[in-house]
Amino acid sequence: MTVPFVEMHNISKRFGAVVALRRVNLILQNGEVLGLVGDNAAGKSTLMKILSGAYTPDAGEILVEGTTMKFENPISARTAGIEMIYQDYALVPQLTVTQNIFLGREHMRRRFGVATLDNRRMDSEAGTMFQMLGLRVSSVTSPVQELSGGQQQAVAIARATAFDAKLVIMDEPTASLGVPAIAKVRETIVRLKQNDVAVIMISHRLEDVFSVADRVIVMKHGQVVGMRDVSDTATDEIVHMIVAGTDPRQPAAPDDPEPS
Amino acid sequence: MVHYGLFMALGLWIVAMSFASEYFLTWLNFLNVARQAAPIVIIAIGMTFVIATAGIDLSVGSLVAFTSCLAATWLADGTPLALVIPAILIVGTVAGIINGYFVTLALPAFVVTLAALVYLRGFAFVYSNGYAVPITNDLFLAIGRGQFLGVHIPIWIAAVVAIVGWFVVTKTRFGLYALAIGGREEAARLMGIKVERIKIAVYGATGFLAALGSIVISARLSNGSPNSGIMLELDVITATVLGGTSLFGGVARIGGTVAGVLFINFVRNGLNLMGVNPFWVQVVTGLILLLAVLLNTVVNRRVEEWARLGDTEREGQT
Repeated sequence: MTVPFVEMHNISKRFGAVVALRRVNLILQNGEVLGLVGDNAAGKSTLMKILSGAYTPDAGEILVEGTTMKFENPISARTAGIEMIYQDYALVPQLTVTQNIFLGREHMRRRFGVATLDNRRMDSEAGTMFQMLGLRVSSVTSPVQELSGGQQQAVAIARATAFDAKLVIMDEPTASLGVPAIAKVRETIVRLKQNDVAVIMISHRLEDVFSVADRVIVMKHGQVVGMRDVSDTATDEIVHMIVAGTDPRQPAAPDDPEPS
Repeated sequence: MVHYGLFMALGLWIVAMSFASEYFLTWLNFLNVARQAAPIVIIAIGMTFVIATAGIDLSVGSLVAFTSCLAATWLADGTPLALVIPAILIVGTVAGIINGYFVTLALPAFVVTLAALVYLRGFAFVYSNGYAVPITNDLFLAIGRGQFLGVHIPIWIAAVVAIVGWFVVTKTRFGLYALAIGGREEAARLMGIKVERIKIAVYGATGFLAALGSIVISARLSNGSPNSGIMLELDVITATVLGGTSLFGGVARIGGTVAGVLFINFVRNGLNLMGVNPFWVQVVTGLILLLAVLLNTVVNRRVEEWARLGDTEREGQT
């Protein structure tokens, strides 16, 4: 058995009086596609924001390739190869496609002894990037606000996948898209998997999860309800787990009355 | 499109005034207008950065008054020029950094810098006791009155500041990050940009440029006065907004800012030459500010929506 790419052990997080996550465990292999499902406020997004460095957990441990990591911010997670595509894409509308892709990790060159942006190199790399990804975007020098929703997502995907990511987290990637754009997202996930990049997809749409994921984790009230291989389950069973918050194959497991 | 509208308006005004007054279209008059515009350009370059981060700095006029009083008093006390100028620039930078610090505490920039507008002018009156202090240091006065290659020194300084400003916006990380913060602060933060540091630097740079503008103004007027720079912030903001820098942040146009300052000054100059009652000039300046904001928000949004609509239609056809 190889070392998993990511292990999260006993992650807990509370916001004031609200317990968002209670001793959650998650293990992910290289190139594995994991669907993370659950009702609103189940803790899916919080868990992923912890993994991507946007939040720090109150307790628990994160290991990347067997090494304990402490993500203080999204940069440290990104350095470890973990990228997140936010539900609203986190793009700056007035900046160009290129500027958004390279924001925070620009190519620089020296000019008159001053470190300046190598705009030409970044524009040309961004162009190649879109060709390789098979994503269509009108021009890398247009401001992002002039693009359609699907094109904006293409920019967010390009940004997350361009820098040797080992894990790409997608928060509701298909929530606000039309049919062709959804197909594009699925293609992207398949392509990432072929390149041995792991993907975690938070989604409300079970059909998306079933079409691309290897494994599904169901969460409710800040805890993991259960886990299934996609080949070994059906929509009905997952829906039951989401709604009831119990695992039908483990009827003995109660609601974990932890004294906290 | 709106952006080029300003350049067209400036061109049209120059043509119209050339017919209206025989004194308008002369090298001497142009140099004169440019010299008056120079300190405004210097300060407006800083304001362009502040507004691009979706902020505002109302305190620049008061900072000009305060630093001009300091400079005049220090020179009168016999402090060497080589000490006075760096000290003035440091005072300006520190005043800006203080503004920036409070802005990063999530206080509205409008209120933080309005407070600075009041207390900095208060300092100016306290320090000068309400009197203008004459400046006699020839070398200092040369900054406002000297010429190089037939062009006044203030114009050279303004040109250098504008070029450096353009370079910073388009070629450096700092400029890019300022735009990113103004466009969408949360996204900038998620991409690892140190938002607070950049904001403080932007306000600090504006304080520095206000002090530099103050040196140019007091060198030209040969005194330091607590009444210097009254309502100067309005000229600076009007020019910046007129130039197409977005009040909502994320867009900075250095060339537009320079054209905006020239436009305001040429309008005043034209009205003067035509013998219009000077009190009307203030009315016109207010109306230009209103027009600038109108163009900047309503018209700009319409044009953008129209452009986007065109894009999606084209996309549908392919």
